[in-house]
Amino acid sequence: MELIEAIILAVLAASTPLLIAATGELVTERSGVLNLGVEGMMIVGAACGFAGAWLTGSIFIGALFGIVAGTLMSLVFALMALGLAVNQVATGLALTILGVGLSGLIGAGFVGERITPAAHLYIPGLTDIPLIGRVLFGEDAFVYFSLALVAGIWWFLYRTRPGLILRACGDNHVSAHALGYPVLRIRTFAVMFGGACAGLAGAYLPLAYTPFFIPGMTAGRGWIALALVVFSSWRPGRLVVGAYLFGAVTILQLHAQGWGVGIPSQLMSALPYLATVIVLVLLSRARTGGSTAPAALGTVFVPDR
Amino acid sequence: MQAHRRMLDPTANSLHSGESPLLKTVGLTKRYGDFLANDAIDIDIWPTEIHALLGENGAGKSTLVKAIYGLIQPSAGQIFWRGQPIMLSGPSEARSRGIGMVFQHFSLFDNLTVAENVALGLDGKESFKDMSARLEQVSKTYGLPLDPKREVWQLSVGERQRIEIVRALMQDPQFLILDEPTAVLTPQEADQLFVVLERLKAEGRAVLYISHKLEEVKRLCDTATILRGGKKVETCNPRLETAASLARMMVGGEIKEVKAAAGRQTTVPRLVVNDLSLAPGEAHGVRLEHISFELKGGEILGIAGVAGNGQDELFAALSGERLSKDPGTIVIEGLAAGHLSITQRRKLGAAFVPEERLGHGTAPRMKLSENALLTGHAASGMVHHGFIDTAATLKTVDRATETFDVRKAKRDPEAASLSGGNLQKFIVGREILRNPAVLVVSQPTWGVDAGAAAVIRQALLDLATAGAAVLVTSQDLDELAEIADRIAVMFHGHLSAPLATSEATREKLGLLMGGSTLEPREAAHAVGA
Repeated sequence: MELIEAIILAVLAASTPLLIAATGELVTERSGVLNLGVEGMMIVGAACGFAGAWLTGSIFIGALFGIVAGTLMSLVFALMALGLAVNQVATGLALTILGVGLSGLIGAGFVGERITPAAHLYIPGLTDIPLIGRVLFGEDAFVYFSLALVAGIWWFLYRTRPGLILRACGDNHVSAHALGYPVLRIRTFAVMFGGACAGLAGAYLPLAYTPFFIPGMTAGRGWIALALVVFSSWRPGRLVVGAYLFGAVTILQLHAQGWGVGIPSQLMSALPYLATVIVLVLLSRARTGGSTAPAALGTVFVPDR
Repeated sequence: MQAHRRMLDPTANSLHSGESPLLKTVGLTKRYGDFLANDAIDIDIWPTEIHALLGENGAGKSTLVKAIYGLIQPSAGQIFWRGQPIMLSGPSEARSRGIGMVFQHFSLFDNLTVAENVALGLDGKESFKDMSARLEQVSKTYGLPLDPKREVWQLSVGERQRIEIVRALMQDPQFLILDEPTAVLTPQEADQLFVVLERLKAEGRAVLYISHKLEEVKRLCDTATILRGGKKVETCNPRLETAASLARMMVGGEIKEVKAAAGRQTTVPRLVVNDLSLAPGEAHGVRLEHISFELKGGEILGIAGVAGNGQDELFAALSGERLSKDPGTIVIEGLAAGHLSITQRRKLGAAFVPEERLGHGTAPRMKLSENALLTGHAASGMVHHGFIDTAATLKTVDRATETFDVRKAKRDPEAASLSGGNLQKFIVGREILRNPAVLVVSQPTWGVDAGAAAVIRQALLDLATAGAAVLVTSQDLDELAEIADRIAVMFHGHLSAPLATSEATREKLGLLMGGSTLEPREAAHAVGA
């Protein structure tokens, strides 16, 4: 019993940064921009988030530092890919390389330091319920926030006019421009939102997951978040399922090693990507028409004036 | 002389004496670098008027309407709306003043529903529910049925245009701009559109109508303004002009008439298609269903039809971009070729000109000589022992340039740097210079100006006269009537029995394009002819 509870708790904790970062990237991609720099924005968010929390002693301010750092990183991307119409794939990859280096520089002085990690919710009675108590009522604020974020994004995309306009930009930027929508401005906001989410997801790691910072601690989670967006076929609901599935795979991989299951851990680590490839194949086979990916994804747009 | 007569012509202005025009531009100029896209254009649009805007490609029509719709800012000049000077910050301001626009390349979103598409064209002041209700009402009032819940990619071209028009009408515009609305419609769909436009006019609105189809303009429009090279040439009453005189004003000279050699002899069958069926290669594709026809040397067969009814798939099957399992379904020069690659078919004497010039017909960023090599490497002696003979490729460019009057800045520029008409002349020329036995050409003059179109059509006729079999797919019925000996219609992947061009009236073709069948007796008769 306790083992199952421990596994579920660990899965939730491992899935939360994936969910937050992927939600941000989903919004970015829905606007038609492919930002491959999620890993870079996350790792800078992790370094700055830890620095903020260590300097002020406040997890909340640490999280804010992470958000701001991720947003600033995404602005570099927006300047290049939207302002100067540079190839988005190249810019995104460059952003990751920049982020990894930058986070090492920022975090160098903090390696070996510890902070008090984010507090977990405790409601007497409810949290004490066996098995489900801690899972439902004993999480840290990030977990609840991530679920509220996805719900909010679903509502925004499918129930509000700005959400419709954002989807329209991702579907056909020429039409959106012809109707008078400021495509580049909308995309810049979407990229900034993606950066803020990636920064927060990165900050989650040293603020709640492990109470210290080590260089390279995102360990490929940004790439998994990118894969997750494809896996979810750009739909927020499926994103939640995918995030917990991918989180579970990472945790199971650890436990499998502990139990001495004879599957190489490298194969387990590759599972999220393998799952994404399989989903892509299934999507393209099952497709009766229309496109699942935003039609303008990754294409450069220069308005004529 | 002519200009003088027209200035005295009372119909253009006297009707409106005492009122001010709904929209007026004075000296409207748009400059891109050194290039004047619009050079001091004056145009008056009056209420209850359908005003045609005519001109060749690049004459500045689209630039002018984009400026009027607020999409681009004019470099100089002034726009007056109901007598007041206005500066439009963007399309939404134009819309709020009562200017609506229906775009040539639809400004729709394929993966959104009809209702969402309409909502995006409005300013969002009403709830989605109210908007949907109003959408239903407007589409009923004007007889433009729409299902608000369907996604756009599922709809036909005619239905898509209906969305655009309903979207524009929902803003209750006083002035509606339509950019080549009938280019993609069947004749019957176009007639329905004209009914709507007449009704808008009767309601006191003004319409600015861009079209290449001069007969249509003569029938529908009260006034016509003609642009050439960015300048206004003339404003006239199109009903008092002939199609030829309108064309002269557009081109600024006589258009060479396309002449078929009399008494062209047909010889042996050179391209035969036997019961060709092929599943679509992609999600939105059309399935080819039991297509059969026979094309003799010296003959031009035209294939008409609304775009997206399987013409692209048929081209891919004929060119060898997609192979068919049964070799006998396609016979080129007496040899079963259904299983052969493009290169092998070229070696049999076939040549292919696809619809899309950039990206399919040519590699845009490669030089013309390299593009000549891309289709000529198989059978035109441009490759020796695996090495490219650059002199031979350049010679092909020079010959095509000379024979087909390709205008370009230097000897061997990148394909993308040529204008549409000149690039098309080069592509058609490149294939014709190979002396093909069979030429399959798709939309040979799509988006090409009248002068270049005449050159290309003449070249196709000359090729047939020389004994080749030519298959032309086109959406332009006038073009097919001009050059084809027989015309067949594609609809939902089926190909109708060919009609002799003399019997292929617009009505008959229109019915076939809409999926109806002709009287069995009549069709049988046409095949026999």
